[in-house]
Amino acid sequence: MKMKKLAIAALCALVANGAFAAKKATDTTPEEDLKTYRDYFFKRFPGVPLQEYANGVYAIDKVSRDSWEAIEEFPPYEPMIEEGETMWNTPFANGKTYGSCFNDDPAQRKHFPRWDDERKTVVTLPMAINECRSKNGEKPLKYKKGAIANLLAYMAYESRGQKTNVKIPNKDALAAYDKGKTVYFARRGQLNFSCASCHMQSAGQKVRADILSPVLGHTTGWPVYRSKWGELGTLHRRFGGCMKQMRAKPYKAQGEEFRDLEYFLTHVSNGIEFNGPSARK
Amino acid sequence: MRNPARHATIALTLAALFGGASLMPQVASAAKHEDRVAMGKEVAWDRKTGNCLACHMMPGGNLPGDIGPPLIAMKARFPDRQKLFDQIYDATKKNPESRMPPFGKHKIISNADIDAIIDYLYTL
Ligand code: HEC
Ligand code: HEC
Repeated sequence: MKMKKLAIAALCALVANGAFAAKKATDTTPEEDLKTYRDYFFKRFPGVPLQEYANGVYAIDKVSRDSWEAIEEFPPYEPMIEEGETMWNTPFANGKTYGSCFNDDPAQRKHFPRWDDERKTVVTLPMAINECRSKNGEKPLKYKKGAIANLLAYMAYESRGQKTNVKIPNKDALAAYDKGKTVYFARRGQLNFSCASCHMQSAGQKVRADILSPVLGHTTGWPVYRSKWGELGTLHRRFGGCMKQMRAKPYKAQGEEFRDLEYFLTHVSNGIEFNGPSARK
Repeated sequence: MRNPARHATIALTLAALFGGASLMPQVASAAKHEDRVAMGKEVAWDRKTGNCLACHMMPGGNLPGDIGPPLIAMKARFPDRQKLFDQIYDATKKNPESRMPPFGKHKIISNADIDAIIDYLYTL
């Protein structure tokens, strides 16, 4: 009797919840997830092609799109790309450059985040940058803004047009993906939201005056120059900001939780081109 | 009436003085009701407390969100006060996938605040 009731409840949740019904992260595979989320948004925003999702909320909000296009014509992040390029070309104290860690090619975006099977952990580009610095006797950079965001802006700019193609090579990698997915769907904080409450269930709807962007494409455009910040910020800075909005305690930038989250979230954007850096409200 | 809070205090003091005299409590609760509507509106609108406008259109409210339905004709649609209380106290009870924060259960606002909000909602 109890089992039957539970099964019915689960079924109701499935119907109500549509695309994000997976109660346990392990219930569906990454390939299934990719298809489910895409189908959900293609139905919700008919006529918006996959690549458009790289533009965040401007993909679906005609009103704010015009002023955004005007901003992108004289991008506020341009000087930071140049500063990043200078960083790339300036040797460390030991005479080596970032190029020595990255095959002398700044267009690295498509290789990250990736599963490192030796260390059993997700490696993100900012993490690889700091590991490069440590290896060469330099102090690590802070992860949310400043110099690292400039270097990321240059590397992202050089990588424009590369396609997101996150691979999940084995069981351990899948476990990290599932952990990231759990972080995304878990309700938390005093307001009891999950990331999905806003960016899946409510995409296209308004919280006060803000239209919520869909999760597809959430990782392609970083780093982002936000008018609200008045500067560039990294993806993990944004994660932290959204967690504060949920009145939850943010995880650490580049801590395991956020790296797993980035792994899951970037996979969700597989097939969408990298287009960072970008400008946002 | 221009200063409902003060009016209420006086009424309450008088009620206390008369100690349950038949007329006074009625006057007191009438004044109190007005106060509670004003207080309810404040708690409902303030971004740090209810912030209901984040998701609901409410008459007179600026830049409302549209995640929840407009809060209008509340008396006609919710004659049962308890139902309103339950929705605000913990919306996930009725709809497990609700995006509405469980205001009472998570102690975002007090039960007294919820009651005041309901008095205000009934004026919409
Ligand atoms: C209460 C609603 C809400 C919740 C919950 C929420 N966000 Fe957001 N998020 C926003 C708003 C509002 C914006 C700015 C407008 C937009 O782009 O959607 C935003 C923006 C973002 C962006 C930037 C998109 C872009 O194109 O610039 C990312 C990435 C993001 N959120 C990720 C997350 C993650 C991850 C979580 C959970 C840890 C989360 N959000 C939870 C409201 C929310
Ligand atoms: C983050 C979004 C959000 C916030 C903030 C919010 N609500 Fe809601 N509300 C909803 C949603 C979504 C529904 C639809 C029913 C459901 O899913 O629970 C709803 C439904 C309701 C209903 C039932 C309305 C109907 O016509 O069926 C009432 C009443 C209500 N909310 C009152 C409030 C009050 C009062 C506040 C502020 C104290 C508030 N809500 C704050 C999202 C929100």
